[in-house]
Amino acid sequence: MKTTVDHLLALGDDALIAAQRLGEWVAAAPELEEDVALANIALDQLGAARLLLTYAGELEGAGRDEDALAYLRDDREFRNCLLVELPNGDFAVTMAKLLFLAAYQLTLYTALSGCADERLAAIASKARKEVAYHLDHARLWTVRLGDGTAESHRRMQAAVDEIWPYTHELFLPDPTAPVDPAGLRAEFLAIVEPVLAEATLERPADDWAPEGGRRGLHTEHLSYLLAEMQVLHRAHPGARW
Amino acid sequence: MSGCNTCSVHGHHFPEPGDGPASGLLGQVEAAEAALRAAAERGRPGAPDGAAGDTDPQEYFTALIEADQKIEPRDWMPDAYRRTLIRQIAQHAHSEIIGMQPEGNWITRAPSLKRKAILLAKVQDEAGHGLYLYAAAETLGVSRDELVELLLAGRQKYSSIFNYPTLTWADVGAIGWLVDGAAIVNQVPLCRCSYGPYARAMIRICKEESFHQRQGYEILYTLAHGTPAQREMAQDAVNRWWYPSLAMFGPPDRDSTHSEQSMAWKIKRFSNDELRQRFVDMCVPQAEILGLRIPDPELRWNPERQSYDFTPPDYAELMRVISGDGPCNRQRMARRRRAHAEGAWVREAAAAYAAKRAARATAPTEVAA
Ligand SMILES: [Fe+2]
Ligand SMILES: [Fe+2]
Repeated sequence: MKTTVDHLLALGDDALIAAQRLGEWVAAAPELEEDVALANIALDQLGAARLLLTYAGELEGAGRDEDALAYLRDDREFRNCLLVELPNGDFAVTMAKLLFLAAYQLTLYTALSGCADERLAAIASKARKEVAYHLDHARLWTVRLGDGTAESHRRMQAAVDEIWPYTHELFLPDPTAPVDPAGLRAEFLAIVEPVLAEATLERPADDWAPEGGRRGLHTEHLSYLLAEMQVLHRAHPGARW
Repeated sequence: MSGCNTCSVHGHHFPEPGDGPASGLLGQVEAAEAALRAAAERGRPGAPDGAAGDTDPQEYFTALIEADQKIEPRDWMPDAYRRTLIRQIAQHAHSEIIGMQPEGNWITRAPSLKRKAILLAKVQDEAGHGLYLYAAAETLGVSRDELVELLLAGRQKYSSIFNYPTLTWADVGAIGWLVDGAAIVNQVPLCRCSYGPYARAMIRICKEESFHQRQGYEILYTLAHGTPAQREMAQDAVNRWWYPSLAMFGPPDRDSTHSEQSMAWKIKRFSNDELRQRFVDMCVPQAEILGLRIPDPELRWNPERQSYDFTPPDYAELMRVISGDGPCNRQRMARRRRAHAEGAWVREAAAAYAAKRAARATAPTEVAA
């Protein structure tokens, strides 16, 4: 299938908004090693976002660069999934979000790294190696928290229950996409279900399935996130930084 | 992850004095590294190996210091030397950690994706510096947990500079240029510190700090050559950060309490005032290239001293900030305490999980035995 601007925006916005949320953790993580790790993951996501948005801007051909796309679109124009824009919550919620995002991105990037669009394939194969590390990190913490103390088990289960419904949107069918996400859910489940089992956590039932992000219909959280992210850039139109 | 994050996200060329704002200092870091290797090759003066119990440990310690050899964790050392180092390295580690806050304050609002990436990498480097320094302190027989408790209880300090607020994006530039710049001037001599683990940590840290200074300088350069509002933002930041940066070198020599003994032990190599002068002399030509004014009407070249005359910082203000009454002391400590308290259940879970795993790993062996 042919790569479109919207497909690139979906990929790039997922990474950008994930990076923005992870950046909120800096100097607030449960331990110093985790400050380093979360910043590192944020940097990887931001790096992928920059490549994808730059490509989207070039493909669009309207003269928008990565910053025009990141800073000058409103929330209705963002194409990210709802999962990444959800607030960080406690550390368990952040790890649940990261586990599901990284498992999704790993399957998707792996498939994309073999796609016909060479530029997209190159970005995906670079990002795939990075998200494999993100997945590993989130997996370790999910298991530690799930199988740690009674308190951490309770929190990790609550986090998984809270985030699980938002994973459905990741696999909505899109036959026009370079890789149709609908085909990736089985692989995703094959990654996350054993992690939940090892963490002694219950895999939530599949019922409520909120969606809309890919069509620009977001949660109330996104516009606050963008207000913060975009405030300085928009206050100085045309300035260079 | 290895090495400096800031430099890997970086890459750009700006007009700079010499090869960069800190190029001379980077040369000194490399010289210190070479000296460290050379000392190791020379070997120690008649080492009291094995049963050389007749060598007085105090004398041997002094001989090592005089021969510019490094004191290593297993060596005998005077208690006061150990205490001084623990205090200094801990304070340095705490400064890296608290220092993440003022700049971290702008990560979510950085005005371009490139700047956001560089800033994230920089703040991540600072967390890494904290880790190396706590590890260096641990070689002296204290644990990181104990040191963190001392910080949270307000019984150990961190650099007073981080008690000032970052009000605009230009403050991120001013911190990089001035605060990281002052930190490098302070820390380059520490690369030759007599305590081996500290000297080696400082060599690694100074190399990264020079990239931090460079990114700050680039931010200010861009702002100073940008729109009128950006230019004003840059000048305002330099106005606010100049004197607090001068104060980073500590009280004037006449009032400095710890200096003399530290000099004798080769922990400290230059006095506070010498380092402050070196910093001013480094900054003046850089400010000229930036096109920004240093907010000191008394600043002028003194041909006799071959240095700039300048107005010293307000030391009474420094004392107030050190004793807890700066603009952000309460906020910085509250944030650190909150992160520590809110992370407690996570650390407990990690410990409980590790204990369960260890028990599971040994259980079958016990059965077999
Ligand atoms: Fe540092
Ligand atoms: Fe630094």
